[in-house]
Amino acid sequence: MPPRLDATLVPTRGLPTRGLSAHGLPTRRGALKLAGLAAFAAVLAPRMALATEAQVADEMKKLFAGKTMGAGKIKLDMPEIAENGLVVPINIDVDSPMTEADFVKSVHVFADGNPLPQVVTYHFTPESGKASASTRMRLAQTQNVIAVAEMSSGQLYSAKVQVKVTIGGCGG
Amino acid sequence: MALKSQPRVRVPAQAKAGEIIEIKTLISHEMESGQRKDAAGKTVPRDIINNFQAAFNGKPFFTAEWFTSISANPYQSFFFKAKESGEFTFTWKDDGGAEQKATAKLTVA
Repeated sequence: MPPRLDATLVPTRGLPTRGLSAHGLPTRRGALKLAGLAAFAAVLAPRMALATEAQVADEMKKLFAGKTMGAGKIKLDMPEIAENGLVVPINIDVDSPMTEADFVKSVHVFADGNPLPQVVTYHFTPESGKASASTRMRLAQTQNVIAVAEMSSGQLYSAKVQVKVTIGGCGG
Repeated sequence: MALKSQPRVRVPAQAKAGEIIEIKTLISHEMESGQRKDAAGKTVPRDIINNFQAAFNGKPFFTAEWFTSISANPYQSFFFKAKESGEFTFTWKDDGGAEQKATAKLTVA
């Protein structure tokens, strides 16, 4: 097994999120930083292709056909700092009466800094009583986790949290 | 990895009608992500449990599609609204087509 380089040597702070302007293109200062980082990363860690925010956006567009997403209703509970990226608890809670007429159909979870952005998809029914689930996930680096809830009415709600990862967990 | 180990499931034995109960499950599995390389530099093929389903009296009420970002030995908790007595069936399926089942009884007073 090759030595674990990624988590300990490559600075994860500010990798993809910083230095990007609102529309996703690098700002000038960001571009310089990114160029520096890219060179650094190319030397040290070319071993893992990580997903980018753009990829996650693409994936979500495919799944949700560009529908707009509301805020609120869905709560994504994760630790602010994860010491071990191999096992990070994640808890999802969607506010819904869960009746035949109005329930949460599914919840999709994405991580924009993992090799593959999809984490889990839950399918609920009114028998669930409560649209809530918890599991444990891997985080390769500091990144955003995004959860999208799809209601029976077709409405979408999303929530996003950033988790700082001390030791990346991506099987190295 | 074949699904050999016995999964662990925690379900309350009794519930009142209309009560929302929490169910916790745990199963041993490496959840090989397909991203790792072995000592020879060859990629270790992906092998994960990709589907988990919970059913009550034969009717599925909760499904989770797991991807490679789920940790090894996957844990899952979720809820169920108790209405009548019956039996839960939990099913895990992995990439190799192996399947593991667990059952639990619920009595509604």
